[in-house]
Amino acid sequence: MNNENTRKIIMDNYLNPYNRLMPKGEGYVKANTRNESCIDNIDLYVKFDGDKLADITFMGDACAISISSTSIMIKNLIGKTKNEALEYILEFEKMIDGKEFNKELLKDACVYEEISKQGSRKVCASLPLKGIKKAILEFLE
Amino acid sequence: MNREDFPLLGDDIIYFDNSATSLKPKCVIDKIRDYYTNYPANAHRGDYDLSYKVDQEYEETRSLVKEFINAQELEEIIFTSGTTEALNMVVNGFFAPLLEANDEVLITTSEHASNVLPWFRLVKTNNIKVNYIPLDSNYYLTIDNLKKVITPNTKVISIAGITNVIGDIRPVKEICKIAHEHNIFVVLDGAQMVPHMKVDVEDLDVDFLVFSAHKMCGPTGVGVLYGKKELLEHLEPMILGGGMNESFDNPHEVYLKELPARLEAGTRNIAGVIGFGEAIRYLKEIGMDNIHKYELDLRKYLIDKLMPLKHIDIINIESDSGIVTFNVTDVFSQDVAYYLNKYNICVRAGNHCAKILKSSVGVNNTVRISLYFYNTYEEIDNLVELLSDYDKILKEMI
Ligand SMILES: Cc1ncc(COP(=O)(O)O)c(C=O)c1O
Repeated sequence: MNNENTRKIIMDNYLNPYNRLMPKGEGYVKANTRNESCIDNIDLYVKFDGDKLADITFMGDACAISISSTSIMIKNLIGKTKNEALEYILEFEKMIDGKEFNKELLKDACVYEEISKQGSRKVCASLPLKGIKKAILEFLE
Repeated sequence: MNREDFPLLGDDIIYFDNSATSLKPKCVIDKIRDYYTNYPANAHRGDYDLSYKVDQEYEETRSLVKEFINAQELEEIIFTSGTTEALNMVVNGFFAPLLEANDEVLITTSEHASNVLPWFRLVKTNNIKVNYIPLDSNYYLTIDNLKKVITPNTKVISIAGITNVIGDIRPVKEICKIAHEHNIFVVLDGAQMVPHMKVDVEDLDVDFLVFSAHKMCGPTGVGVLYGKKELLEHLEPMILGGGMNESFDNPHEVYLKELPARLEAGTRNIAGVIGFGEAIRYLKEIGMDNIHKYELDLRKYLIDKLMPLKHIDIINIESDSGIVTFNVTDVFSQDVAYYLNKYNICVRAGNHCAKILKSSVGVNNTVRISLYFYNTYEEIDNLVELLSDYDKILKEMI
């Protein structure tokens, strides 16, 4: 990663990730998400309040890209409605696939734009989003 | 040794993931191309010259394998798609009909998934028990520990000759001796052993041995199931079809062929088997004892260089194969692999498919270097130089 600022955001979120803790209180649903290379292992805990993602925490071991991406995602998604969250995830997927995407919506998650050029790390960056998407879609049903 | 035989090594790449699969020498690639170009007929079918040549080459590999592992009979060599398929054949075709409720199978926590999951299924279907031979503080399988867990119900010991995470060589001959004194069958997963040292089935007295061609300079999609003939005769074919039957008129009159054809239904990976034959010729030429000795020297050199590095935690300092697993302090294994990849060094990160090992080693993930005869001291120097600089790792790991 060449850009110093990008690097810093990723490392900060890796070394001091947001909400890496077991959820306190009731009402959380758990979504496990596994990397295809079967190394990264992150459990997401999501609390829905009506239509909103009221709180998200996570636990687990993973590489710097997965952990930082989880941290940034959690910060950006808390408080969003389910549809807003799905929209965010869609934009993230577009970015990772190297397509046009909405930078304003993704905020600091844009640091992974460069990742779209590195096959093996795409999976790592996308990992938490796959997990949360699964949780949202299951909950919506 | 022999680097010039490997087209890829001309490029600026350092390949340290030989436990996953090995590189292929030019002679093997050429042999496969020759088949597809010059005699791409099916085996055991045609009455014309091209097909005859296919049969000859295919069966020649069988006799090369027989000689390579010192089997007694050609019929004891069955070609499979790899170690995994061979293990599944042994478990489902031989042991599933044989084992009854409360029979015990002994494995260890460092076995590959392919030597665990087929047995786990028998726990459900046959009500057998899978028990673990405890590993010692080096994660080794010791004879003492084996003796402690054998019971009158123990029917099978199924273990890797060399494990793919720790790289320890198991005392197979002694294990077989003890097992047979107790009427226990031994299944040897040779995936990491046969490519790296001489394996003699007669001397070891194993009942079944399985291994993969792709880890020993051969093509993917080919493996071997060796079994003592009197046992293989009782192995039920799981796959039925062409090439394995003698005649069939109705469901009640199906006659199967003799071994080995009975266990090789359908059109086989002919090109792969023929290429595998060339790989065996190639390894024989270098000499398995030379390969083993050279890998041990390389390993010692690597360990001696890694030991002084305070931020490197080596999991298997002692081990007599070319496998070295370690972690870098506070860096996730995959990030280490990613860092090395920036410098064209291929290493493996993860749990190496031995998922239950984490319960004994206490770490989930490791970086694994696995050596083969074409690796060099200079390559190790390059690797160690990159691993020596902790700050550089931290800076460049993303
Ligand atoms: C000890 C061991 N057993 C079994 C296997 C499975 O081999 P294959 O994938 O060729 O079937 C491997 C391969 O990684 C292995 O290392």
